[in-house]
Amino acid sequence: MGDFCIETRGLDLFYGDFQALTAVDLQVPAREVTALIGPSGCGKSTLLRVFNRMNDLIDGVRVAGKVLVDNEDIYAPDADLLRLREKVGMVFQRPNPFPLSVYENIAFGLSVHRLAGRREYGMVVEQALRDVLLWDDLKDKLHKSALSLSLEQQQRLCIARVLPLKPQVLLMDEPCSALDPIATLHIEDLMRKLKSDYTIVIVTHNMQQAARASDRAGFMYLGKLIEFDETAKIFTQPRQELTENYISGRFG
Amino acid sequence: MNPRLSQKIAFSLLFLATLLVVLPVVVILAIIVAKGASAISWEFLFSMPRDGMRAGGILPAILGTLYLVLGAVLFAVPLGVAAAVYLVEYSGNNRFSRLVKLAIVNLAGVPSVVYGLFGLGIFVIFFRFGASILSGALTLGIMILPVIITSSREALESVPRHFRTVSLSLGASRWQTIRHSVLPHALPGIMTGMILGLGRAAGETAPILFTVAAFYLPRLPQSVFDQTMALPYHLYVISTQVPGIPENVRYGTALVLLTLVLLLNLAAIILRSRFRGKKKW
Repeated sequence: MGDFCIETRGLDLFYGDFQALTAVDLQVPAREVTALIGPSGCGKSTLLRVFNRMNDLIDGVRVAGKVLVDNEDIYAPDADLLRLREKVGMVFQRPNPFPLSVYENIAFGLSVHRLAGRREYGMVVEQALRDVLLWDDLKDKLHKSALSLSLEQQQRLCIARVLPLKPQVLLMDEPCSALDPIATLHIEDLMRKLKSDYTIVIVTHNMQQAARASDRAGFMYLGKLIEFDETAKIFTQPRQELTENYISGRFG
Repeated sequence: MNPRLSQKIAFSLLFLATLLVVLPVVVILAIIVAKGASAISWEFLFSMPRDGMRAGGILPAILGTLYLVLGAVLFAVPLGVAAAVYLVEYSGNNRFSRLVKLAIVNLAGVPSVVYGLFGLGIFVIFFRFGASILSGALTLGIMILPVIITSSREALESVPRHFRTVSLSLGASRWQTIRHSVLPHALPGIMTGMILGLGRAAGETAPILFTVAAFYLPRLPQSVFDQTMALPYHLYVISTQVPGIPENVRYGTALVLLTLVLLLNLAAIILRSRFRGKKKW
C-alpha cells in the first residue's frame, strides 16, 4: 500500500442488470505504463473509465468495491469529481480536439481550473507542446484550427491538452486505433518518455503494442482480471491458460 | 419502361415541383415591387402619416414594428435558450421533460389570434401594462418561444457528444462544459431559430391587434408603455378599413414590411455566418 498509484479491491460494476466487471483486484504502480488487454467487450475500457469516473455519465451504472487513486477512495460520498479528473487525465480512442485553435485547446483546462493567470498561458501552452514533441511543428500555427492538423498531431495535441492540469495519471483508451503504424510508433515513444512523470494506463486491442510499450499488463476476459503481471512474463510465460490462448492468437 | 426515359421523366417532375415551390415567392415579390415601388420615397419612409393615412409616410409603423420585433426577441431568446439548455443538458428524459416538450409542440400549433387574446388577458389587463409596446412584445415573444426552443434544442443536440465528454474528462463542471464546450458550438443553430422567430414576429397581425397596435397614431412612441402603429396591422387597416387609399401606398407598405424582414434576417444571417466561420467540426 502506498506504492501504488491506482488500486482496486473487489471492484464490481453493473450497467443496469448486466455485470461488466467482477471482483477486479488491480494494483497499478506509479510511473510505469500499464496495459489492459483482452477481447472486445471484456471490460477493459469500462475499467479504465472507473479510474476517472467517466462511467458516471452512463445511466444506471452501479459500482461496488473500493477504488483508490493516490490513496483516496474516489467513490467515497464526499469524493471531489472535478479534482479527480484534474488528477486523472484521459486520452480517447479518436483524436478529438475541440474545433478551436491549438492554443485554445491547451488553454481549455487552465481556464476551467483557473490554474494560471492569462499571462502565463503562453508558457504553459509551450511547455505542454514541448512535452508531446509538437512545439517545433506547431509554434507558428498556434492559432490555426486544431482540426487542420494531421491525425497524429491531433492525438498528440489531445495528450498535451491534459498536461497543463499536472495530472498524476494518464488514461489512454486505444489511443492509436485511428492512427497509421508509423504514427502509432511515435505515440508509443511518447508514452515511454512521459512515463517518467506520469502513471500511464492504456487500453489496447493491439497485443504487439502492449508488448512493446508497457511495463505491466493485465489480461481481462468477461469482466474479470484474469492475470496481471510484468509484461514480459505475461507474454512469455503466462500462468493462465486463457491468457496464453489469447496472446497466442487462438481467440479474441 | 426504358430506365433512361423514366429517369428523365422523374427529373422533370422533380424540377417542376421545385419550380412550383419557388413560383409563388417570385410572383408575390414581383407584384409587390411592381405596384409598390412608386410609393417609396424619403417622405414615405421617414415622415408621419397625414390626412387619415391617405398621405404622408409610415414612419411610426416602421419604428413600431422594429420595437416590437426587438422586444420579442430580447424576451424570447434568453428564455427559450435557457429552457432548451435545461431540457437537453440537465433534465434527461423524465416525465416532466416529456411533458414540457409536449407543451412546446402544442404551443407551436396555437393560432396566433389566441396568443393575441392571451396577451390581452395577461399583459394588458392582469398586469395592467395596458395596450402597449411591452404587452405586444411579450405576446409576440411568447408566440415565437416554441420556434426558438425547438431550434435551440436541435442545435444543442447536434453538438457532438464528445465535446461534452472531453470537457468533463478535463475536470470541467457540467455548467462549465455547457458554457464553454456546448453553447458556443450551438450558437449558429440557435441563431437560425432567432431568424425564424424574427420573421414571424414582424409579420403577425393577430397577436398585436389587442395588445398594442394603434389604428392611427401619427406620433412616435415615447416609452414601452405607449401604443404604437405597426406595419402588418397598418397594412390591414389601409387595405380594408379606410377608403380612398392609393393602391401604390398599400403595396408600398407591403414592400417596406417585406424589406424590413429581409434586412433583419440578413443581419442575423451575416452574424451567424461569422460565428460559423470560427466553429467548424
